[in-house]
Amino acid sequence: MIEVTGLTRKFGAKAALSGVSFTVGAGEIFAYLGPNGAGKTTTIRILTSLTRRDGGTVRLNSFDIETHPLECKSQFGIVPQHTNLDSDLSVEENLLIHGLLHHMERQEITQRTGELLDYMEMSDRRQSLVKNLSGGLKRRLLIARALMHTPRILFMDEPTVGLDPAIRRSLWGFIKRIKNDGATIFLTTHYIEEAEFLADRVAFLDAGKIVAEDTSANLMAAIGQWAVDYLDDNRLQTAFFNSREKAGDYVLNRANGCTVRRVNLEDAFISMTGRKIS
Amino acid sequence: MTRGWTAVYLRELLILKRRLPKLLPTWSVSPLLYLIAFGYAVGRHVDVGSHSYLEFLLPGLVAMASMTQAYAVASEINIARFYWHIFDEFQAAPISNLAYVMGEVLAGMTRAFLASLVILLLGACFGVVLFYGPMFWIALLLNSFVFASLAVGCAMHVKSHADQTLLTNFIITPMAFLGGTFFPLSHLPGWGQTLLELLPLTHASHAVRAAAFQEPAQVIDFLVLIGAGGLCFLFAILSVNRAKV
Repeated sequence: MIEVTGLTRKFGAKAALSGVSFTVGAGEIFAYLGPNGAGKTTTIRILTSLTRRDGGTVRLNSFDIETHPLECKSQFGIVPQHTNLDSDLSVEENLLIHGLLHHMERQEITQRTGELLDYMEMSDRRQSLVKNLSGGLKRRLLIARALMHTPRILFMDEPTVGLDPAIRRSLWGFIKRIKNDGATIFLTTHYIEEAEFLADRVAFLDAGKIVAEDTSANLMAAIGQWAVDYLDDNRLQTAFFNSREKAGDYVLNRANGCTVRRVNLEDAFISMTGRKIS
Repeated sequence: MTRGWTAVYLRELLILKRRLPKLLPTWSVSPLLYLIAFGYAVGRHVDVGSHSYLEFLLPGLVAMASMTQAYAVASEINIARFYWHIFDEFQAAPISNLAYVMGEVLAGMTRAFLASLVILLLGACFGVVLFYGPMFWIALLLNSFVFASLAVGCAMHVKSHADQTLLTNFIITPMAFLGGTFFPLSHLPGWGQTLLELLPLTHASHAVRAAAFQEPAQVIDFLVLIGAGGLCFLFAILSVNRAKV
C-alpha cells in the first residue's frame, strides 16, 4: 500500500509538486498520467528515496520514508525511465548485484535469477553482456531486476517509453502478470492506451497537482461515451455525447470531415485541464 | 550497518576484471615515461643520499600511482551517476551510506594496489628491486584509503564530470608532483617544506620510501595517514546524502 499526503517539491522558484496526495491499495495498478514536466518522475523519485521532498509524508506498506528509510527501500522495486543497467556486466551479473544489494543469499539469487529469466523469456541471454541487448530486452531485464527481491510494491516510470508497439504490448502482458501475482504497481505514463489497458485507477497530474483521480471508466464517463472530432475554422474540435445515436445526429448536421469514436482518457484529461497529454 | 558493501565492491571488481586488459597498459604508460625521462635519462648520474635517483624515484611513483588510482574511483562514480544513472540503484537499495562508502573505497584501494604492482614490475624491468616488506604495503594501503575516501566524498559533491576534472587538476595533479614524489623535500626552503608536509602524499612518499630503503619508519607519517584517512572516510559517509537531487 502506498499512502502519500501533501507532497511538495520546488526546483528553484518552480513548484514541481504542490500538495499531491493519493493512496494506492495493495494489489492495485495505479497509473499516474500527465504531460512531460507535470511532475510524474519527481513523484516517483521522491517515493523511491532518490529525490528530496520539501514537504508531505510518504508511507510504503505502513513504513514512513522519513523514520524507516531502509525498511521502505526493501518494500519496492523500480523500473526507471532511463535504462540504468550496468552495460559492462552480463544479464546474470546485473541480477546478482541487485540481489546482494537487497541482502539475498547466493542460493536464493541463483534460483530467482532462473525463475525471472524464464518469466521474461530471456533465459538464453543469461551470459550476454547488457551492452549487446536490444532496447526491448533491456526493458525486460529492468523489470526482472526490479522483481528480483520479490518486492510488494513496483514503481514503473514510463516503462515502455521509446519501444515499438509490439514490444510495448508484450510488456503490458508482463505487467498484468506481475499484478496478478499480487504486487502493487505505481505506473507513470503519457501513453493513454497504456493507462487504459493496465490501470485499476488513474490520477491526472497537471503542473504538479492531481486534477482528477478515479477509474478510467468513471473519468471517461464524466464527459460522455462517444466523441465527434470535427474541423471548425481549420481547428480540430471535439464534441462529446452519451450515446452513439446522438453523436450520429450531430455528424449529420455538420459538413463532411467528422470522425466518430469512443471517448478516451486523453479526452477526459483535455476537458479537465485544457491541455493535451502527449 | 555494513550489510550490502559486498554488492558495491563486487560490482566494481567485476567491472575491473572485464576492463583489466585495457587498464593495465593505461596504468603503465605514465610511470614508464617518468622512469625513462626522469629516472633513466635525466637522473642517470644523479644520486640522492646513498641511492640512485631511479631508486629514489620508484617508491615515489608507487605512492603517486596509489593516490591517483584510488582517486580515480571518483570518475567511475560520476560516470555511474551522471551518464549511466547506476547510482540510483544504490540510492534506492536498503543499504546504509557506510556500506556504500566501504564498497567504493575498497574498490579504489584495489585499483591502487594493482596499479602499484604494475609500477613495481616496471621498476624491476629497469633493474630496481627494493625491499617490499609489511610497512611498505601498510603505507600504500593507508595512502589509497585516504584518497579513495576523498574521491567518494568529492564525487558526491560535484555536479558534473567537468567539475570532477577541475578538482583533479587543482588538487591531485599538484600533489602528485609536489608530494615528495620526484625530489627530496630537503631541497626546498623551510617554508616550502612546512607547506608540503601538510599534504598526505608527502607522508605516504616518506613512509613508502623509508620502508623500501629499510630505514626506520617515522611514526608521524603513519599517524597523518590514519588521521587523514579517518577524516576523509567520515567526509565520504556524510556526503552521500548530498548526492540526492
